[in-house]
Amino acid sequence: MTTFEKATHLDVRDTDLGQAELHARLLRTWRTGSSLLDRLSSVDHKVIGRRYIITAFAFLCLGGLSAMAMRMQLAQPEAKLIGPDLYNQLFTMHGTTMMFLFAVPVMEAFGVYLVPLMVGTRNIAFPRLNAFSYWVYLFGGAFLWISFMLKIGPDVGWFAYVPLSGPDFSPGKRTDVWAQMITFTEVSALAVAVEIIVTVFKLRAPGMTLDRIPLFVWSMLVTSFLIIFAMPAVMVASTMLILDRLVGTHFFNPAEGGDALLWQHLFWFFGHPEVYIIFIPATGMVSSIIAAFSRRPVFGYLPLVLSLIAVGFLSFGLWVHHMFVTGLPQLGASFFTASSMLIAVPNGIQIFCWLATLWDGKPIFKTPLLFVLGFFFIFVIGGLSGVMVASVPIDTQVHDTYFVVAHFHYVLIGGAVFPLIGALYYWFPKITGRLMDENLGRWNFWLAFIGFNVAFFPMHILGLQGMPRRVYTYLPEMGWGPLNLLASVGALLLFISFVLLLLNVMISVARGAIADDNPWDAGTLEWATSSPPAPYNFSRVPFVTHREPLWDNRDALPVVTGLSVDSRELISGTVTEAFPQHRESSPAPSIWPLLAAIAVGAAFVASIFTPWAVVWGSIPVAIALVGWFWPKDTPEDEK
Amino acid sequence: MRGGLRVTGGMAAAWLLSACSGPQSALDPQGPHADNLARLFWIFTVISAVIWLAVMVVLVLGLARRVPNRLDPLALEPRAERRSLVVVGGAVVATALTVIALTALSYFSQRKLFARENPGVTVKVTGYQWWWDVRYESESPDRTFTTANEIYVPVGVPVTVKLTGYDVIHSFWVPSLTGKQDLIPGQDNEIQFVASRPGVYRGQCAEFCGWQHAHMGMFVVALPRPEFEAWAEAQRTPAARPEDAEGQKGAELFVSKACVMCHTIRGTSAGSRVGPDLTHFASRKSIASATLPMSRGNIAAWVVDPQGIKPGVNMPNVSIAADELDPLVSYLAGLR
Repeated sequence: MTTFEKATHLDVRDTDLGQAELHARLLRTWRTGSSLLDRLSSVDHKVIGRRYIITAFAFLCLGGLSAMAMRMQLAQPEAKLIGPDLYNQLFTMHGTTMMFLFAVPVMEAFGVYLVPLMVGTRNIAFPRLNAFSYWVYLFGGAFLWISFMLKIGPDVGWFAYVPLSGPDFSPGKRTDVWAQMITFTEVSALAVAVEIIVTVFKLRAPGMTLDRIPLFVWSMLVTSFLIIFAMPAVMVASTMLILDRLVGTHFFNPAEGGDALLWQHLFWFFGHPEVYIIFIPATGMVSSIIAAFSRRPVFGYLPLVLSLIAVGFLSFGLWVHHMFVTGLPQLGASFFTASSMLIAVPNGIQIFCWLATLWDGKPIFKTPLLFVLGFFFIFVIGGLSGVMVASVPIDTQVHDTYFVVAHFHYVLIGGAVFPLIGALYYWFPKITGRLMDENLGRWNFWLAFIGFNVAFFPMHILGLQGMPRRVYTYLPEMGWGPLNLLASVGALLLFISFVLLLLNVMISVARGAIADDNPWDAGTLEWATSSPPAPYNFSRVPFVTHREPLWDNRDALPVVTGLSVDSRELISGTVTEAFPQHRESSPAPSIWPLLAAIAVGAAFVASIFTPWAVVWGSIPVAIALVGWFWPKDTPEDEK
Repeated sequence: MRGGLRVTGGMAAAWLLSACSGPQSALDPQGPHADNLARLFWIFTVISAVIWLAVMVVLVLGLARRVPNRLDPLALEPRAERRSLVVVGGAVVATALTVIALTALSYFSQRKLFARENPGVTVKVTGYQWWWDVRYESESPDRTFTTANEIYVPVGVPVTVKLTGYDVIHSFWVPSLTGKQDLIPGQDNEIQFVASRPGVYRGQCAEFCGWQHAHMGMFVVALPRPEFEAWAEAQRTPAARPEDAEGQKGAELFVSKACVMCHTIRGTSAGSRVGPDLTHFASRKSIASATLPMSRGNIAAWVVDPQGIKPGVNMPNVSIAADELDPLVSYLAGLR
């Protein structure tokens, strides 16, 4: 083929093609092949998003099982089921898994899957980085759990306070495993954050001005910025910890001029925004579900967007409320009380706007909406107990007790997991092409709702009765037995509800009712694609005329044409107006992200044993990156 | 209906009261600091409960409202939208005002909590894995003394507790007297409380500190001033030499076995500071940081198998021959 022929061949555009030929050509260009190598090379955001979601839920199972083991041990005083060694590993694995391997990745997973669809483009920005981020996440999670199976699971808590996690009090490799797992998951989270920000800023369909961006996409955008500003703090901290442990630095050693509290500042500077990294995407899910199931656009789009941004900003000014009893100066502590309470205002705005939407709308009580209603019931309690722990004096009593355990499970399960399960029921038909079973869904909801409250409400009281967190047992004369037993029964119910969810997913994947493109008659762009979406998402890129495009254009969406169909092309536009600027080529599949992830993973794992691994490990990483970026003979690379 | 309400109300009240009880409850205040905190807690709780109820009522009413089917989701009525705007705006203003009020309440309560008076007694508490070293300070060095896991205080007198950590971070918490404060290696913290009534108040380490974090309890014993002074005077004296032969054999065993490597018994050659000071060991209420009640049987159990009772504890299982146990326990039980 001559260069000229190649060029004209490349220039077949979607403008005048018939639907059948358009589909065939786009499919050939965008699809992921079926061989093993093809699958491992996939850069399709839907394939990777699906993997992310499944992996995150697998870690949810592991985290849940470790919680059940703890609840069995705590069901009665002085139980001998689990000793302190295993118990400390279990609560560390539970917290670490739920925060780093489930909650953050699952939210990113939904973002990876949905954001490109919702903004009307054909793939996420930096799709190979996306593949890389998934593999790094998978390896980091596997590394942690394999270590646990090998009895070198970390046992210093998901917060790993020094000096307990330092070289003197935590010998062996357990804490290094924890600290390096942080590095894995943070690298992957940062990568996804960058992809989502660029996708939202540059790849929105023409016409999707800033004020037409779906609320879920806004929430993922704000979350991504939080990740970029918060995660480096914990990466620095965990790296300093590894250095203290491995090469004898003294960042956290008070005897040599280090500072034990420095760790807490760095950890919570990340740790508090982390809560909002988990919660903010959930608010986006709530907004999507409420709009679809109350049959109207969400009330107060502008205040909701501004609240998201305000929450994002304020979340960086709260970290000290995790440190109120460390002996900080009182004036400083008061400032953090004020800022912690202040965040109730933008969160309140969100709640009120959703209530106004439900009030004026015509609610349809399907499972996704049930989970959102459960969210209101539970999350508002968690938010209010959050106002209580934000007060320095009250916190001196409830800090590090079961009251706080109750509080943050109300916030995280009520505020994030309930919307997430709702979101799973809501977007499942889009992802799989089949609806989930509604009856099982109702059972799932009620069991989860009752089980959750029975499990966690008594913990408020236990905390006030003086039960500290992270204890592997307690004495019978403390009188905490009955409420702990009740909490364990509730935990069992909650666990069964997740078994039902798993069953529902498995049954529905195989035999669920076939879903059409828009089974809920929702308004946002992802429902304009087929269920499940074709590899190229949209046969022609839509032109957006409204915040709820599918409600505005009942018959057919207006589209833009002119993109190549024989090479991977997207439209890139201006940040605010989404005015189309370029035909941007999108990278083709490549095995190099996987190879790079393997090289990076090997270097990370080896470096907890010797600092030289950083030196020798950088060579395979460099080779993998050269391979990754070396121009290939694909139309995308030749442009 | 009203009877039902009353029964429900009665049950709720009983339940709330039961929440206040227990040997380590934050809602059973025995001093002005804990009292201040419990009051603030209840104020916050009542306000929070009212807000939560209001949200739930609006939610349920909104869901139960009869609304015609919305065939066109985009058809919004401007009047309804304006009304929502006013209501939401009002709710936001109310939220802001509530937040300001709660912040102010919290601030004044905090000032009261951290106000310092001239202490009647100053105690220096150092956290170890997994026990509390308690040192009574005095201007004259010969009047200072050390004990462990128990803090005796005079009733009605401000007690200052200076806090530091020896190894890792611990947290000092006696809920019925005041809120907690961390013991951090390389940092000096301070806390002050008053016990209003005589009594024994249980406390527990609140910061995760390793294997036996669960078994790091302590007792604060509040006594009228004269009884407190008598106790302190008794604590200042060195251990009495046992009078019976068995006790004397036990004393010899103590200084010839591994015990002496870690513990101090004033008046003997045992002077190590790694483990708790045992000078008046048997005068305490508990063994192993409020883990076992003090009794001869429990002393024997602890001495023979500390690792079975508190797995991972820094006290090793020391081999003790069958004929050595009784003398050793007699000696320890005689350290009053």
